[in-house]
Amino acid sequence: MQASVAYLTGTDGGFLLVLALVIPLAGALLAFVCGGRQVERVVFCVMPFGLAVALAIALTQRLVGAPLVYLIGRWTPPLGVALRADGLSVVMIVITAVVMGGICSFASADFCTPEGSSESRAPFAFWILLPAVWAAMNTIFLAGDLFTLYVALELLTFAAVPLVCLDGRAETLQAALRYLLFALLGSALYLAGTTLMYGDYGTLDIVLLSQRVRAEPVLFVAAALMTTGLLAKTALFPLHLWLPPAHAGAPAAASAVLSGLVVKGSFFVAVRLWFDVMPHVPASAAMQVLAGLGVGAILFGSVEALRQKRLKLLIAYSTLAQIGYLFLIFPLACPPGSAQLVRDGALAGGMLQAMSHATAKAAMFMVAGLIYAELGHDRIVGLGNVARILPTSVLAFGLAGLALIGLPPSGAYVAKDLLLDAASATSQWWWALAIQAGGILAAGYVLLVIMHMLAPAPGLAAPGPAGSRKHVSRYQEAAALALALCSLLLGLFPWGNYLPLPQGSLSNPLTFKALSGSVWTILAGAVLAISLGRWDFRLNHRPLTRNLLLAFRPVRRTCLGISRINAELDARLRQWPVAGACLLFVLIVFGITLVVAR
Amino acid sequence: MSTATLAGLTGAILAGVGLYGLIIHPDPLRRILAFNVLGSGVFLLFGIIARRGAAIGALADPVPQAMVITGIVVAFAATALAVALLIRLGAQTDPVVTQADKQDLARRADD
Amino acid sequence: MIVQTLDIGLAALVLTLAGYTVLARATFPAVVSYVAYGLLLSLIWVRLFSVDVALTEAAIGGGLTGVLLIGAAGKRRGTAVAATELDPTQPLRWAIMALCALAALALATVVVSLPDPAPTLAPQAMENIATTGLGNPVTAVLIAYRAFDTMLEKCVLVIAVVGVWSLACDRCWGGAPDVPRAVARGGTLTFFAQVLPPLGILIGIRIFWIGADEPGGAFQGGAILAAMWVIIMMAGLTDVPAISKRWLRIALAAGPIVFLGVGILGFAAAGGFLAYPHGFAKPVIIFVEIFMTLSIAATLPMLVGGAPIRAPRP
Repeated sequence: MQASVAYLTGTDGGFLLVLALVIPLAGALLAFVCGGRQVERVVFCVMPFGLAVALAIALTQRLVGAPLVYLIGRWTPPLGVALRADGLSVVMIVITAVVMGGICSFASADFCTPEGSSESRAPFAFWILLPAVWAAMNTIFLAGDLFTLYVALELLTFAAVPLVCLDGRAETLQAALRYLLFALLGSALYLAGTTLMYGDYGTLDIVLLSQRVRAEPVLFVAAALMTTGLLAKTALFPLHLWLPPAHAGAPAAASAVLSGLVVKGSFFVAVRLWFDVMPHVPASAAMQVLAGLGVGAILFGSVEALRQKRLKLLIAYSTLAQIGYLFLIFPLACPPGSAQLVRDGALAGGMLQAMSHATAKAAMFMVAGLIYAELGHDRIVGLGNVARILPTSVLAFGLAGLALIGLPPSGAYVAKDLLLDAASATSQWWWALAIQAGGILAAGYVLLVIMHMLAPAPGLAAPGPAGSRKHVSRYQEAAALALALCSLLLGLFPWGNYLPLPQGSLSNPLTFKALSGSVWTILAGAVLAISLGRWDFRLNHRPLTRNLLLAFRPVRRTCLGISRINAELDARLRQWPVAGACLLFVLIVFGITLVVAR
Repeated sequence: MSTATLAGLTGAILAGVGLYGLIIHPDPLRRILAFNVLGSGVFLLFGIIARRGAAIGALADPVPQAMVITGIVVAFAATALAVALLIRLGAQTDPVVTQADKQDLARRADD
Repeated sequence: MIVQTLDIGLAALVLTLAGYTVLARATFPAVVSYVAYGLLLSLIWVRLFSVDVALTEAAIGGGLTGVLLIGAAGKRRGTAVAATELDPTQPLRWAIMALCALAALALATVVVSLPDPAPTLAPQAMENIATTGLGNPVTAVLIAYRAFDTMLEKCVLVIAVVGVWSLACDRCWGGAPDVPRAVARGGTLTFFAQVLPPLGILIGIRIFWIGADEPGGAFQGGAILAAMWVIIMMAGLTDVPAISKRWLRIALAAGPIVFLGVGILGFAAAGGFLAYPHGFAKPVIIFVEIFMTLSIAATLPMLVGGAPIRAPRP
């Protein structure tokens, strides 16, 4: 599956790629025209077809054994646009379809048109924007042309931004406006880079570009512009100013879409840019910069997550941290001594991380929404007794959280394994340290929430007034549980057919060694949760818990000092001019490292 | 220096000016204006690449021109969405309500 | 082509106006100068021999964006703007200015060092244009070679409308938006609204029609038709349609739906998605463009109007 072969002719089964794009688009347009109460039904009719096409693409690609190609309008690139589905596209399309299915089932209870009205604002908007996001994601995974990717990224942004402020509150409107403006800034930079690429090479087709690209200043400036623009859209630290309020303020189903799927879109374009367009351009120093920002995201986001009062904000900061993992793959894919990117275990690990994060994060946001609906708040210290009221939801959250930490056989576990192997193979031990630290930090904030949920606190959280149970339907809990299980069992699937896994890497994930490694992570995470998390000492916890907490007091004071510094940094970085300055700084530094360290 | 090169330099400077305005202004409406300046600067870069790609029968390369047309429409849609968000935010946070809203609120209070 | 005084003058004017737009203290003058900037920019596009782009920039970039922004500035005039963001400190300002200057410098350097002779797709575009039956290569790129990008962009417009409408308050859902209105009836705006639209509609249709062979096309013609409708609504000569009206929804979605439908039919009729049958390409393209023009003429005013603010009349 090397991109060096010129995939410029259509293959059998290519029409399936077109269907993957046409079906969600048609769904969105039909829902718009039908309007009224039909919006939901149209999307529900379209959903199974979309899932079927995704699975068909996976099967066909496996049978054909090579990437599927389709030339739109029968025009060959560079004049026309080609759709290409390699292993990366296939896995992302399938996981998007699965997550979309889960979100559709979950959202049908929250966004149904109320009885007695012919049409309602929030359901109308939601059920049209959701298939639009799907169509945009599929286009990003399949398009073989940089300008088509630009239009798809814009569609994604325009569909995602109104989802943030669907409830109409002032904070969410403010968050949506910042998201839109920062994303537009990113698109403008991306477009500028695309311009330079066309000006230098005369084509924007990915495969043709990979054949024509040379290491020269024009390319470096273009690559710096495009990558920085994509980083702004993916909210990589320190360009994350818009993500926490946007993802935490959106309704639950919308947060699931935003955190689970939308941020992966711009990341995928970055992967396409570096692994398919410019793999042979030496850029090892620049890759170290990218991964450095990723480590910053992991550490910063995790510490911020630990000090959050609200569950949804904790999950949003967790997304920030997990995005950092995705950018660690870039230096890990450079074998020593060659400084060129190869498609091997590191890339496979990154994709698996993206997939497992998509499913686990969607499940977590769904559960957060259910808890909010049931209790009326989502304060973490007030979560005691939830396990008794919403057992399925708590189970779903627990499984999703464990999947995120990397308990085998979850996708995150396999991903971490692959990334650690790549780190040792390329002798970059410092990234291995970062990966381990990230795992422990993730265990920290997940366990903090789980411990609060499981803590019996009589008299604290009573079930809502009679009749509030109808907020939380069984289908919603089932959807969350299904996605959490998906994430937890992701490591069991035979990904070797689609992802460039090294030989013999998928060792049995249920061995004692694998499990024991996770147990150490979880224990360390528990220590972190106790030191850095918020605990309400007035609560009537069991004496053992209280003694434990008191014993940890001095450690807590130091740790809380660190987390206060982190919070100060966050407040500074999330001011618009500072974030803008960081963006420019990243752009310049990235450009310089590309030009200088050849 | 040719027309195209001058236009290219203009585009680069416009992009820089727009970028500055987008980052510096606290007022979202000024940021939207600056984004439009930035966008038109980037489109101008496309334009010079089109002009330099002239060939027999076409005074300018049509592919970048088509991309710019698409880009202008997308930028307009982006501006419209941002302006709508801005106006709604203003209506939401502003204590001054319109006359119609006042009457509406008074009527509801009487119910 | 050697640069002439006209080009230098245009560049200087455009840069000054852009600088004023970004650096002015008051908002309203900045918006007005942006409109002038847009119109001058379209002259630069003409100098670059990209007449289609010049038309689009004048109609959409200068004209409709100007209406949108002037309306926004006007709606905000009467209300106190809650300053939720802080002004950046002076050192930060200098830092940002320096970094922006550096970025612009890098961009300018690489623009000047682009290869000569420039790589171009113009010969390929001209070779294949005979099969599409068109004479205007830009239209050929938009509707034939890169039809998928154009179709996706039409969907972007519909989604933007949905996004804008979703910003209404719940009680106003189904009502009508509000375009910037004239203060006095019977004034200049009413006069223009009675005189211009018949002419403008004819010009818009003509520009759409000749777009197949001359500079023009669906986007440009549709934008002019949209501008005419906006003028009529602004003068109060017709009501802004309520968003729940079926005909409005169909008009907005007709363009992308027809485009998508023709694309799917291409599987059967021409052997590929968005492929055009041999010898029959031009009529099909014109058919698609008619609906695209209709959609653009409906969408752009809806985007200018914004979210509905009046509760629907029963």
